[in-house]
Amino acid sequence: MRAIERLTELLAHPTGPVPDDAWTALLCVARAEQLSGALAHRLAGVAVPAPVAPLLAEARGAAAEQRRAALFEAEMARRALAPLGVPVLLLKGTAYVAAGLSAGRGRAIGDLDVLVPREALGAVEAALRAAGWRDVKDDGYDDAYYRRWMHELPPLVHPARDRLIDVHHTILPPTARIAPDAAALVAGAVPLRDGLFVLSPEDMVVHAALHLLADGDLAGGLRNLFDIDRLLREFADADEDFWLKLTARVAEHGAGAPVARAARLAHALFGTPVPGEWRAPAPGDGVFRRRLLARDDWGREDRAATRLAFYVRSHAIRMPPALLARHLAIKGWKRWRGRRGKDRARS
Amino acid sequence: MRHATSRRIGPIGFRIGSDWRAPVALLDALYADYPVPTVADATVRLTATRPWRRRVRPAIALGGDLMLPDAAPLPLEHGLLAAEMAMNLQVALGHRRHLLLHAAAAERDGRCVILTGESGAGKSTLSALLMAAGWRFLGDEFVLIDLASGMARPFPRLVSLKNESVAELARRMPGARFGPVLQGTPKGTIRHLVPDARAVAAMDVPATPALLLFPRFGAARAVRRVDEGEAFVRLTQASTNYALLGEAGFDALTRLVTRVPARAIDYADSDEGVTLVEDLWCAL
Repeated sequence: MRAIERLTELLAHPTGPVPDDAWTALLCVARAEQLSGALAHRLAGVAVPAPVAPLLAEARGAAAEQRRAALFEAEMARRALAPLGVPVLLLKGTAYVAAGLSAGRGRAIGDLDVLVPREALGAVEAALRAAGWRDVKDDGYDDAYYRRWMHELPPLVHPARDRLIDVHHTILPPTARIAPDAAALVAGAVPLRDGLFVLSPEDMVVHAALHLLADGDLAGGLRNLFDIDRLLREFADADEDFWLKLTARVAEHGAGAPVARAARLAHALFGTPVPGEWRAPAPGDGVFRRRLLARDDWGREDRAATRLAFYVRSHAIRMPPALLARHLAIKGWKRWRGRRGKDRARS
Repeated sequence: MRHATSRRIGPIGFRIGSDWRAPVALLDALYADYPVPTVADATVRLTATRPWRRRVRPAIALGGDLMLPDAAPLPLEHGLLAAEMAMNLQVALGHRRHLLLHAAAAERDGRCVILTGESGAGKSTLSALLMAAGWRFLGDEFVLIDLASGMARPFPRLVSLKNESVAELARRMPGARFGPVLQGTPKGTIRHLVPDARAVAAMDVPATPALLLFPRFGAARAVRRVDEGEAFVRLTQASTNYALLGEAGFDALTRLVTRVPARAIDYADSDEGVTLVEDLWCAL
């Protein structure tokens, strides 16, 4: 069995048997998929071989530190933006830990992702800059591209803490085929105690599914799918009408296909309890599964053809062909010019 | 992976995979007396930068669990260096069970001297010469400070000798085992020295930090007291995981600098350096 398959099984059933000689590859693959903290939390209290225990404790410690840093960064953003009086929604990992969700347990967290109403974008950016955030890179085309075509501002970095913030105004690029209702996301937000917000449970699932399946090439997607597994389990346990509410909400956002596929994949890979009518397999699920598990026992990405296909798909679903052609032409030309510049400098 | 081996150095187990036999064979020969871990903490990969570069002008891409985005490839002749660099990087970026100090250390009577400084300060050379003088070698790259006890855990990997010290150590330690001379590496000429049997046999035996030195090679002999505040700041710079450890790192580092006397030492040549360390040690 491939280590990555063993990883998904162990995340779903932590007490399952693991041969002694499988641990090295398992931990390596978990690290590569940014799932070592989550795995370590799932295995807390489970008997493991003596040399494995300290490695899991180390992964839990690393996750605890990431959690602390993420919450601190959210607090810094809250302080910078509080005077504006606009709702600031935490997204992804920071939202999971801030809301105390099981999806946050051991989760790796990098950048701070927030969502604000589109009309507040200018004021939010100005307030962040006034509080010390700066451009990551000074590139006119990228900057203009973000502002014109993306669902977020160009990333800003806080130099003193070396942390990035992505300020979103919706959860998919405006050029994508699906157009979630951004105003509804803000209107349905759930307040946290400190004045920040998170998405409603249904919207959180929609966002996670769109992020995984409607945006990007699924690189590192296993972690995002595990988020979805955790969210679905927790929300369905807390609210017996959750699946009904999710069905209604998904329709409002026009996100039926990706959310349904995410639920089926979570069920297939992590055994997520999913209602029968959500479970009917659809063509293509196997390819997504193959992509999500494209990693060998040495932690390297494999299945190059499958990955390439998803890479092409990521561009195709992101924007219409003419815009894509223009974008790729400009990127290619800039790259070629950059390389030539380097070669000249060398010679 | 076509070729693979596993070795444990101190508390850290490594799994090393390679597209070529040579680097793995060399590691197996030089690390022959090191135990094989049952579970490896970290995975290191030495792979061809492009499929055809396995045979044509073979070039090694450094890989592993954790990697810097712009690590330059190395020619196959420098395979041992590539493996060592990649292994060090896993420790520097990933290890959190101890406070990591970029430092060399040597033990005597259960207590140890820790030597820390930039590359070129003489850490590797001084620790190798202390080993030749009867000290137990604990490491020349990382000293691992136990977060609970404050003890120094050895990490006795191969000693990485550079440039002038390659010939000097070969002359002074005729009985020692060395790796091949690697010429024209990004760091100049490099040769790896195998730590002696005692260092390897006792690699799970920690030592109590007793003296902290900030050596500087190439200046006239001088000794200066380093107060706790300065030692703290210099060690935060010498630690690759101080910030990652959060409060635990702060506590461990505070304890170290408040309990262990620190000196900055300048020395003109390696004999003087060793004498200086011995003198300061005896004056404790």
